[in-house]
Amino acid sequence: MPINRRDFLKLTGATATGAAYAAFGFDLAPAYAQARSLKIDRATEVRSVCPYCAVGCSMIAYVTGHQAANTKPTLVHIEGDPDSPINEGTLCPKGASTMQLALGGSAERALRPKYRAPGADEWQDMSWDEALERITRLVKDTRDDTFEETDDDGNTVNRQRGFAFTGGATQSNEEGYLAAKLMRALGTVYIEQQARV
Amino acid sequence: MAASFGRGAMTNHWKDFKNSDMFLVVGANPAEAHPCGWRWAYRARDERGAKIIHVDPRYTRTSATADVYAPIRAGTDVAFFNGLINYVLDNELYHEEYVRQHTNASFIVAESFSFDEGVFSGYDEAVRGYDTSTWDYEYEKAAAEAGEDSTGDERPPATGSGESAVDPRGFVRTDDTLQDPRSVFQLLKEHVSRYTPEVVSEITGIPEEKFLEIAELWGSTGAPDRVGAMVYAVGLTHHVTGLQMIRSLGMLQLLLGNVGRTGGGVNAERGHANIQGNTDNAISWEILPGYLGIPRPGMETLDDYIEQVPAKQLAMNSLNFFGSRYRDFLVSLQKAFFGDAATEANDWAYDWIPKPAENSSWLTAHNEALQNRLQGLIAFGFHNPAVGPDTNRVLQSLSNLKWLVAMDPLPTAASEFWRAPGVEPDQVDTEVFFLPCTHWIEKDGAFTNSGRWAQWKWKALEPEGEIKDDHWVLAQLYLGLRDLYEEEDGAFPDPILGLAWPYSDPGHPPLEELAKEMNGRNIETGEQLSTFADLKSDGTTLSGNWIYAGSWTEEGNQMARRNNDDPTGMGFHHEWAWSWPLNRRVLYNRASADENGRPWDPRRPGIQWNGSLWVGDVPDFPPDEAPDVGTGAFIMTGEGVGRLFAPGGLTNDGPFPEHYEPTEAPVENAVPQGRREHPTAFFYDGARESFAPAGGDFPYVATTYRITEHEHYVTQHVPYLVETQPDFFVELDPDLAAEKGIANGSQVRVRSMRGEVEGVAMVTKRMRPLRLGRSKIVHQIGIPVHWSYVGGKARAKSNANLLTPYIGDSNVRTPEFKGFLVDIEAV
Repeated sequence: MPINRRDFLKLTGATATGAAYAAFGFDLAPAYAQARSLKIDRATEVRSVCPYCAVGCSMIAYVTGHQAANTKPTLVHIEGDPDSPINEGTLCPKGASTMQLALGGSAERALRPKYRAPGADEWQDMSWDEALERITRLVKDTRDDTFEETDDDGNTVNRQRGFAFTGGATQSNEEGYLAAKLMRALGTVYIEQQARV
Repeated sequence: MAASFGRGAMTNHWKDFKNSDMFLVVGANPAEAHPCGWRWAYRARDERGAKIIHVDPRYTRTSATADVYAPIRAGTDVAFFNGLINYVLDNELYHEEYVRQHTNASFIVAESFSFDEGVFSGYDEAVRGYDTSTWDYEYEKAAAEAGEDSTGDERPPATGSGESAVDPRGFVRTDDTLQDPRSVFQLLKEHVSRYTPEVVSEITGIPEEKFLEIAELWGSTGAPDRVGAMVYAVGLTHHVTGLQMIRSLGMLQLLLGNVGRTGGGVNAERGHANIQGNTDNAISWEILPGYLGIPRPGMETLDDYIEQVPAKQLAMNSLNFFGSRYRDFLVSLQKAFFGDAATEANDWAYDWIPKPAENSSWLTAHNEALQNRLQGLIAFGFHNPAVGPDTNRVLQSLSNLKWLVAMDPLPTAASEFWRAPGVEPDQVDTEVFFLPCTHWIEKDGAFTNSGRWAQWKWKALEPEGEIKDDHWVLAQLYLGLRDLYEEEDGAFPDPILGLAWPYSDPGHPPLEELAKEMNGRNIETGEQLSTFADLKSDGTTLSGNWIYAGSWTEEGNQMARRNNDDPTGMGFHHEWAWSWPLNRRVLYNRASADENGRPWDPRRPGIQWNGSLWVGDVPDFPPDEAPDVGTGAFIMTGEGVGRLFAPGGLTNDGPFPEHYEPTEAPVENAVPQGRREHPTAFFYDGARESFAPAGGDFPYVATTYRITEHEHYVTQHVPYLVETQPDFFVELDPDLAAEKGIANGSQVRVRSMRGEVEGVAMVTKRMRPLRLGRSKIVHQIGIPVHWSYVGGKARAKSNANLLTPYIGDSNVRTPEFKGFLVDIEAV
């Protein structure tokens, strides 16, 4: 039985059925068993949204060991979500390479807080406890030092102009909301994110 | 946009582009900056023959797929749009019925308003500011009569029953014939009559015949059965006249009847995943969540605030929804922020809201640091020096700080500023903290896209090492501060000790609980609300962001919905995620129908009246209010209609848009009776000396921009993207390159009054010299922003913002990143 290339691909694409056995005269099943499975096999599909521009492309993150006991989730692939009525599975070059961003980019990701002392030319490691204690102290001292209950005209203003808060366009609504709530409660007036810059 | 329609957000959404007949893309490059959203414009082109017009200083991939492209001199877009308005009025291309029904064209303007020699009435040169009260309407009652009336209590009801406060002078006088010389329509006509095609061409550099071709094409969308979508991005906002550019294109859209309609609208394309959402949440100095104005000094009580901030009802048929419900929304916000500590007895903790003295924008905050008045900065995912403007100035400002906290997954230009090129670490006394925070994929939470769709995402990965969530850091900071204020007291601890922190894990509030708090609930029953209509000012409801009411109801998280059915075929997808407000997909959609509630184009209905209800999209209107009641379509404005004339303090630089030259411009202003310098642009201390004069050593116009392969600065950490766009480059036209002896691919230096950059010369016909008037030739240089001293091919002199001027839009202080002067030379 003559087999051209196309027929061969068709046959090998089938499972090891009787027809394949008949065509080749041998059983392909062991060969399939040896072949590498798709890397997304057994991965959980987690729905996400692209972190870059504001089109809001849906993406699927394929993760093995997702929410499983005693395993660390491993990201194996990210692709556009075909269900999304916005991007219908497409992604741009940035979106298509988000896996590298998720995996830490060019391996510069710090795993613990860092501190740079006045005048120093290097970072040093610092524990979260120490960093938070120091930052909380600085925030409080700055606030206490600069707080204005009234302005020069005697108006009630209850504001601090000692420190500014910038950012939020890359954080979720819920994180941004918490930031706005906390910052206003501290009396902060210098608040801006990326909308204008 | 708020000045024109009442809300500042993209009116339509990405997929809605498929419904358009035409696109006018100005100051944007969606084919490269938003490729997966812009697909829908190509769908319209391929399936309905839609035309794409692109106007931009640079010929980009958007231009390459456009039917018409026109180059424009950076910073002259008001002249372009005013020219289009003039053409549309002159040639009667406007949608007359729409203009009568849905705009303030018929409103009569007070005699106190005038315009002369480039400035409006009320201008005081000494303070570079206006008395904006001269820009007002004429009311039914004379001022004296109104004065007598207002001795009575005109305050809105404290119960929040939704009754609208009417201006004490009564309603605005109107002339339905639009013929009164003091009508908005006639005054607008007169104002823009100076922007003839010839003048527009001389200012913008767009050849006159090209301008006329665009004007005729875009004017054709004024036909009731045609609709065009206006598309813009930061190419328009990054100017001293930025707000007025948006005003002018919004007015043009109102005249053509393109607002509120599927396939139409005013579409601002946002650049970050959640820039819309966290603007909604008011990480913005002048607002509180849900676009409630920040109280100003002198508004001593909540009553003062409600008296002065919300819009008054100005027309009989105005619903004035926003203005009439302001108190309900603000009190519900205070209940979300301060819980039981906000009571009627303490005026709902109104005093606890900080009241900024003056502008508190990005530019102001960094200037405060520069003047040694600011001590600290929290950079919450932000590259302050790279963002600029005038990076050297920002670096100096950060060096003056006592402390800086950078929260980010990866190093930033802010966290590394103390060892930036030209900065000596031993001269910088700032204490700097880098707090490693999670990526978007390491936590749940919603992003709101440019089209206002809030889409939930799920956590896929666990963070490595000791990396923490941003909201964990915020919560730890709060709990630490609360302890300190309890232990040792301090300045005005009340709002800190009184802050509502009802989370099941106070040190790491679950995002679901925050989302529910944003949505709001009935405090007495504990039920999640499904609409902001149920919010009250009596302390029985809370909502952290009233426009998100409906996003997390008793039925659960609406932002997590994933049914992509589209039963109307209009692309609304009401069961995919959730869109503010109330899952509405096109804002102002009452204007998509005529006075009888019939769609202007039955093939593309937004909403329509079926005899008892409005159906189609979620109506931006009372759902059962019959069209013959005559209620205005723009429920967020006191006028009830869209504003062609923006009265009073809606802007600080004019009720009509006027072209002024960029701060640094190579020419004088060619508008007849024009003025060169923006009358109210604010000059920061010492900044003015860093601006180049016309005719000096910096003859070329530069504009900064973004490219597909990078997003701001974070992508310098992504090797694939660094490989595809490895190095900083500068685009210039072949004529200029020849004149300067610059070869394609060689190194060039670009200098401004403020700094210099060096990069690879990309000599390309995509940049072209512009002819202004008969003889003046202007060359423009394009400079992408994505490089700095961090990540990827980090190196000195690769940051575009080393060049940009420290000045911003007159109203909102968005920096003028586009349209400044430089010189260029071979290295």
